[in-house]
Amino acid sequence: MNIQMKSLLALAVVATFTGRALADINVGVVVSATGPAASLGIPEKNTFALMPTSIGGEKINYIILDDASDTTTAVKNTRKLLTEDKVDVIVGSTITPNSLAMIDIVAEAETPMVSMAASARIVDPANPKVKWVFKTPQNDIQMSTAIVEHMTGANVKTVAFIGFADAYGEGWFNEFSKIAEARKLQIVANERYNRADTSVTGQVLKVMAAKPDAVLIAGSGTPAALPQKVLKEKGYKGAFYQTHGVANKDFLRVCGKDCEGTFLPAGPVLVAAQLPDSNPIKKVALDYVGKYEAAHGKGSTSTFGAHAWDAGLLLQNAVPVALKKAKPGTKEFKLALRDALEGLKNVTISHAIVNMSPQDHLGFDQRARVMVTVENGEWKLIK
Amino acid sequence: MDLQIALLLAQDGIVNGAIYALLALALVLVFAVTRVIFIPQGEFVAYGALTLASLQAGSTPGTLWLLLMLGLAVAVLDASAAWRLGGRKLAGLVGRQLVYPVAVAGAVLGLSPQDWPMGLQAVLALAVVVPLGPQLYRLAYQPIAEAPVLILLIVSVALHLALVGLGLLFFGAEGSRTSAFSELSLEIGGLTITGQSLWVVGASALLIVALYVFFERSLYGKALRATAINRAGARLMGISTTLAGKLSFLLAAAIGALSGILIAPITTVYYDTGFLVGLKGFVGAIVGGLVSYPVAAAGALLVGLLESFSSFWASAFKEVIVFTLIIPVLVWRSLTTRHVEEEE
Repeated sequence: MNIQMKSLLALAVVATFTGRALADINVGVVVSATGPAASLGIPEKNTFALMPTSIGGEKINYIILDDASDTTTAVKNTRKLLTEDKVDVIVGSTITPNSLAMIDIVAEAETPMVSMAASARIVDPANPKVKWVFKTPQNDIQMSTAIVEHMTGANVKTVAFIGFADAYGEGWFNEFSKIAEARKLQIVANERYNRADTSVTGQVLKVMAAKPDAVLIAGSGTPAALPQKVLKEKGYKGAFYQTHGVANKDFLRVCGKDCEGTFLPAGPVLVAAQLPDSNPIKKVALDYVGKYEAAHGKGSTSTFGAHAWDAGLLLQNAVPVALKKAKPGTKEFKLALRDALEGLKNVTISHAIVNMSPQDHLGFDQRARVMVTVENGEWKLIK
Repeated sequence: MDLQIALLLAQDGIVNGAIYALLALALVLVFAVTRVIFIPQGEFVAYGALTLASLQAGSTPGTLWLLLMLGLAVAVLDASAAWRLGGRKLAGLVGRQLVYPVAVAGAVLGLSPQDWPMGLQAVLALAVVVPLGPQLYRLAYQPIAEAPVLILLIVSVALHLALVGLGLLFFGAEGSRTSAFSELSLEIGGLTITGQSLWVVGASALLIVALYVFFERSLYGKALRATAINRAGARLMGISTTLAGKLSFLLAAAIGALSGILIAPITTVYYDTGFLVGLKGFVGAIVGGLVSYPVAAAGALLVGLLESFSSFWASAFKEVIVFTLIIPVLVWRSLTTRHVEEEE
C-alpha cells in the first residue's frame, strides 16, 4: 500500500465519521417509485416529505432510494443504506418480493425494518429473522375474509376469480380459495391476466361461460378496471368485487360508470371522513389526508401512501422509548428501537389500532378494514 | 367452446393482430433501411395514446416539452455542423428545427384543444409525437449510422429505457383511456362488432395499402428501398442515407403513435404499455425474418390470434405461449435460409 492509497483511506475513514452528525437518527427508505409498482410507490415517496423532521428532540434524516420494483435493486439499496449511510431503521419496500428479500439483510445487520408490503409471509413468526421485521399494511387473509363474509351475506353461491398473473394475483387466489372453501362458496373459474395487457376478452368469455353470481378481480391500481369494463361490455350482470389494491382516485377515473356498485375491502383511511366520530382512527386518518391533499391536491390520497405514513407513526411512538436506552447510530439503539416497536400497544394509525406482540408484528384487528362500495364515482363506506 | 366463442376470440385476435401488424411493418422498415432494431417502437404507441388522453383531459402533455427540448438539441447540433461547413444554410436549418415545435406548443397551450373534435385532437397528438422519431434518429443514431448492428441495438435499449422513464415522469404511473371514435355497435349473427374495432382494422388495412403504394410508386419510397437493398449503391446514386434514416424513423413514429391512438379507446394505456405491444409486433417481424413485409404482417396477425385463443384456454401462460412461438420460427428459419455473415 503506497502513501497515496493510505491517505485516501484515511480520508475515507474521516469522511465516514464526519458525513453525518452522530446524534441524528437516520431512516433508510426503500420504495418502488418506478417500474410496475410505481402507482403504489409514488404516493409512499411523497408521504415521506410530509413526515416530521424531528422525533423526541432528535433530528431525523430520511434517506430515500428507489428500487424500480426490482428485487435485486431493493437488496442493493438496503446494503447501501446499512453500510454507507449507517441507518438506524429501514422502511420498505413497497412490494412483497422486495420486502422478503430484504429480511435476510436487515436481520444480519441487526437493524429493524418496517415493510409497506401486504403479504403475511413478511412477518411470519415461524421465521426467526422476522424478529427484526414489522409491517403496516393489512394481511391479504384479513381482506379476503371480509370479501367472503360480504359475499355469503349477499347470498352469492358461485364466484369467478380474475387476477394478475404475478405474486399479487396468486397470493390472493390462495387466500381467497381457502376461505371460500370453508364457507361453501364455489369458485367456478380461475383466470389470470397481465398488468399491461391490452385485451382480456378470452378470460372474460371463459368467466361468462361459467355463469358465476359474482366476480372477484384481484389487481392493483387502474389495470384492475380492464376486466370489469370488458365484462360489462359483454353484458355480465352479476356483482363485482375488487381488492384493496385498487383504492386510489385513478381507478375511479379510468373505470368510470362501469364500476358503480363494486364492493371492496379497504383500510379505513380510504373513507376517513365517513367514519363515525367515535372511531379513534378517524382523527389520525383525516390528519394524514389533510396533509397529503394540501401538498398534492384534492382527492390525491391513496391507501398506499397511508401505509408509509403509518410506518412513520410507528417510529414516532417507538423512537422516544428507544432514546431512553441508547444513543442513535449505535448497535444498542437499533436493538432498543426493535424492542420498542414490538412493545407498541394501542397506537392509533391511519389504517388501524396497533397492538404488537412477539408473535404478531402487524398487530391489527377487525378495526383495520371496512367494506366500501363505489357510488356516484366516490368511495362509500358500508355501515 | 362453441362457435360463437371461437368467433368472438377470432375477432379480438384480429383487432389486436392488426395493431401488431402495423408495428411489425414499422420494425421491418426501420431495420431494413438503417439496420436499427428499434426497441423504442412501442414507446411511440404509449406516447401517442397518452398525449391524446392528456389533450382530452385539458392538461399539457409532457411529450410537448420533450419535443421542444429535442428540437433545441437538434438545432444546436445542426448549427455546429453547418458552421463547420461555412455557415451558409445556418439560419434556415436552425429555424426549421425550432419553428415547428414552437408552433405546436402554441397550438397546444393557446388554442385549448380539449374543446376540439376528436379527429383534430388526434392530429394534434400526432403532430406532437411523430417528429420525436426523426429527432431521436438525428441525436442517437445518425452519429453512429455506420456502426455494427450490435452497437445500434445497445443504443436502442438505452433509448427505450430513457423513453419509458420519461413516460413515467410525463404521464404518471396510472393509465388513461380516451373517448371512442365511434359508439357504433353492430349485431351480426350473435356477434357484436364495435365501431372502434372496425376503425382499428380499417385504419391498419389502409395504412398497409398506403405503405405499399409509397414504396412502389413514390420517389422517396423507392429511395428507401434502394437504401435497404444496398446502402453504398444508393449513396452512389445520390440518395442521402441520412435522409433515408430520418424518413424511416418518421414513418415508424407515425405508425406507432397512430396505433396508440387507435387502441386508447379500447384498453387502458400505461406509460410502459408500449413495450409489450412492440415486443409482440417484434415477434411478428421475426416471423418475416425482419425483411419481408407481408410475412411480418401475417406473423403479427398469427400472434394476435394465438394470444386471444391462449388467453381463453390457459390465461396464466398466455405470454409464455406467445413468446415461445419465436423458437420454432427461428429453428425453421435457420434451417431453411442461407446464413450470411455480416461484414464488420
